[in-house]
Amino acid sequence: MVALTINGQAHNIDVDPTTPLLWVIREQAGLTGTKYGCGIAQCGACTVHVDGLAVRSCSMPVSDAAGKKITTIEGLAQGGVLTKVQQAWVNNDVPQCGYCQCGMIMAVSALLAEKPKPTDKDIDDTITNICRCGTFQQVREAIHAAANA
Amino acid sequence: MNYVPNMNRRSFLTSAAAVGGGLALGIDLPFGPNEAGAQTAAPELGVWVVIKPDDSVVVRVVRHEMGQGTVTGLAQLVAEELEADWSKVTIEHPTPGESVKRKRAWGSFSTGGSRGIRESHEYVRQGGASARMMLIQAAANEWKVPAGEITADKGVLTHKASNRTTTYGKVADAAAKLPVPEKPALKDPKDWKIAGKPLQRFNTVDKVMGKQVYGADLKFPGMLNATIKECPVFGGKVKSFDGAKVAGMKGVKKVLQVGDTAVAVVADTWWQAKVALDALPIVWDEGPNAKVSSASIAEMLKEGLSAEQGFVGNQNGDAKAAIASAAKKVEAVYSYPYQNHAPMEPMNATARYTADKCEVWVPTQDAEASFAAVLAASGLPADKCEVYQIDLGGGFGRRGAFQDYVHQAVRIAKEMPGTHIKLLWSREEDMAQGRYHPIMMAKLTGALDKDNNLTGLHIRLSGQSILASVRPQVVEQEKGRDPLTFQGLFQTGEHSFSYTIPNLLIDHAMRNPHVTPGFWRGVNINQNAIFMECFMDELAQAAGQDELEFRRKLLGNHPRNLAALNAVAEKIGWGKPAPAGIFRGLAHMKAFNAYVAGAAEVSVEGGKLKVHRIVAASDPTYAVNPAQIERQVAGSFVYGLSALYYQECTVKDGRIVETNFDTYDSMRIAQMPKVESIIIQSGGNGPWGGIGEPTICVAAPAVMNAYFKATGKRIRSFPLKNHDIPVA
Repeated sequence: MVALTINGQAHNIDVDPTTPLLWVIREQAGLTGTKYGCGIAQCGACTVHVDGLAVRSCSMPVSDAAGKKITTIEGLAQGGVLTKVQQAWVNNDVPQCGYCQCGMIMAVSALLAEKPKPTDKDIDDTITNICRCGTFQQVREAIHAAANA
Repeated sequence: MNYVPNMNRRSFLTSAAAVGGGLALGIDLPFGPNEAGAQTAAPELGVWVVIKPDDSVVVRVVRHEMGQGTVTGLAQLVAEELEADWSKVTIEHPTPGESVKRKRAWGSFSTGGSRGIRESHEYVRQGGASARMMLIQAAANEWKVPAGEITADKGVLTHKASNRTTTYGKVADAAAKLPVPEKPALKDPKDWKIAGKPLQRFNTVDKVMGKQVYGADLKFPGMLNATIKECPVFGGKVKSFDGAKVAGMKGVKKVLQVGDTAVAVVADTWWQAKVALDALPIVWDEGPNAKVSSASIAEMLKEGLSAEQGFVGNQNGDAKAAIASAAKKVEAVYSYPYQNHAPMEPMNATARYTADKCEVWVPTQDAEASFAAVLAASGLPADKCEVYQIDLGGGFGRRGAFQDYVHQAVRIAKEMPGTHIKLLWSREEDMAQGRYHPIMMAKLTGALDKDNNLTGLHIRLSGQSILASVRPQVVEQEKGRDPLTFQGLFQTGEHSFSYTIPNLLIDHAMRNPHVTPGFWRGVNINQNAIFMECFMDELAQAAGQDELEFRRKLLGNHPRNLAALNAVAEKIGWGKPAPAGIFRGLAHMKAFNAYVAGAAEVSVEGGKLKVHRIVAASDPTYAVNPAQIERQVAGSFVYGLSALYYQECTVKDGRIVETNFDTYDSMRIAQMPKVESIIIQSGGNGPWGGIGEPTICVAAPAVMNAYFKATGKRIRSFPLKNHDIPVA
């Protein structure tokens, strides 16, 4: 049994403690906004916040997340009101297929929490998520737009 | 691969990405009785438009959305002719089962070959126009005035003379009882108010909130999860597996062989299935291909470069004689590797089978091909099968012609009747069981006369045919030739060659290794544009001429190619001094009936390549949504440059070596150049061009031509990682 707090909600989950956090979020907690892309922390589609830090949840055993505060994409908007990052994503019509975008938004949200006005270099150094559709031009514009919103 | 079930049926042909009109995709589907069965319980005005009493407008779209904006663009075209209020437009997807019942009223579902809009714009616009005419006629009947006196705008009908108005929702019931006008006149695109505008895509809010449901996210009561491993050596089979070793693992429900070639585990959760499959001992019968390697494939292709026989794709004059008598001969050999699509969402399908019904939910680029796969794998007739299309987490050509994962899901579901089975591949399976960009080499030989005019060109392609594997009937019709191999180089058609050269020969020595090839975004233009456009620079440089001027002299007969090339040259500043350390390169092509060009600015410092800018020009005839076109162009460069920089699937012991993004990398935001997009709308009544694929091919040659200017080094094999060229 692993005790998790996801988006402010407590869960007691009967699961093998070596199971990656990603799959517990998707399959036991039923929150499918967090995506599986590679399973080896390369692509970032599974990015969530653990105690406020961006983590690639496919490569963190669920036992390591026990007792910590986990936020997924579903936990960003409060009462249906989008965050600045989500709103900038909508305004800039960023997503193409959209599959990687939840992870991208989680990574960007963590960056902006740490550096509210990131430079292009900050973005290049921190946002290393893969997007096969190639939305990077709009992602960069949206990050700056969110920072200035 | 043949997914045609053995049943009595009439068949139809869907024309596919025609190269010189020679290519057709055959899918056999049965036709049922011609019965209506509108899925939305509201008045249907023709097959494309449904108007609800609250004035909301449902536009039907059968093409698929994978991020390319096609669904939004098609809805814009229908709404434009309908004179709808865009804020009230939603879309729905008819299913292949309904299509069969209604004699394929919505035409092709296939969303590949950049065909989504360009091949259906006319009939969907007519659908919108017919619906508008029906609504006007219904109001005219009610008001007893001539239809010609009624105007329609934003869902409101107005009779000015009597100062009366009504809305679409109020007359929709009456309109639905009227005959559907055939071949209505269409608006002049210069009068467009909804089409042609940079409107945002549908579903974006759901996507940024994590609410968009992809195939991988589907949930049904009692659903079980499956994952699968197919013999990693293409053509190999399952010899044996020890299911008892994992049957007792937590959550495991079933361990089963799927067809001759694969083994799957079904469990409560996907993670349990994956852990069990990884632990499952499987012995493969790898067959004769287990000895094949990248080196042996390269040998096979090298032999083809000088082989006597080749299928001719383009020919005029006598290229070999011109080369033999040239004042200067220029020769180069290029090669292009296997590449995987690697969409972010791995292959998946969810199936439920009973003796009375087989249903599949699948992210697909062609729901009709998925439907054919369901029929074949279930053994049930069409009226007991159905496919529900789900928006894709990327497609790029992997999810259209190939429905291997649908076959697998249905076969597994058939073993567990009544239970929804979600089959999701691991990334490793996705990398190992691709339908790869074909491998190709080219020997290019050019003849310059004493005045440095290009008098002859011979391009010998040697490598893999996609159609020989995927549509052998086309290759048979072509007497062994694969016309698709010549995309961008062909004599005529939507991928025709743009240079006028007095003596020309472009031929193909078909060499087909056992690796399964497929349609990869852009298909054969990727390598053909590199071969052709890098070699044009080599020829211009051998002739001592400016690379742009050298091309311009040969493009006189192809003004739209020339216009695209001139547009990027002007915008990049060709002929003007570049900033210190910055070098420029150009490329262009006609592909999917669009005329495209690219120009790049790069620097190389400490051996590291940096692409600063790429200017792109596209002439698709008309631009249905300029904002989505810009995004497709920029995205195509990410896909094409990721391939150029990093991507190669190598072969060892008959199988693909690269199993995940650690060895098959993809561009990140740090490598993203600034993309400046020029859209040229030539207009007119000719065929429209595609958007999703054409520009992909100009990025790599433009960058490599600039790289040569920066370094004096000509790279002729790819990806760049093999040359230790890092990208900043």
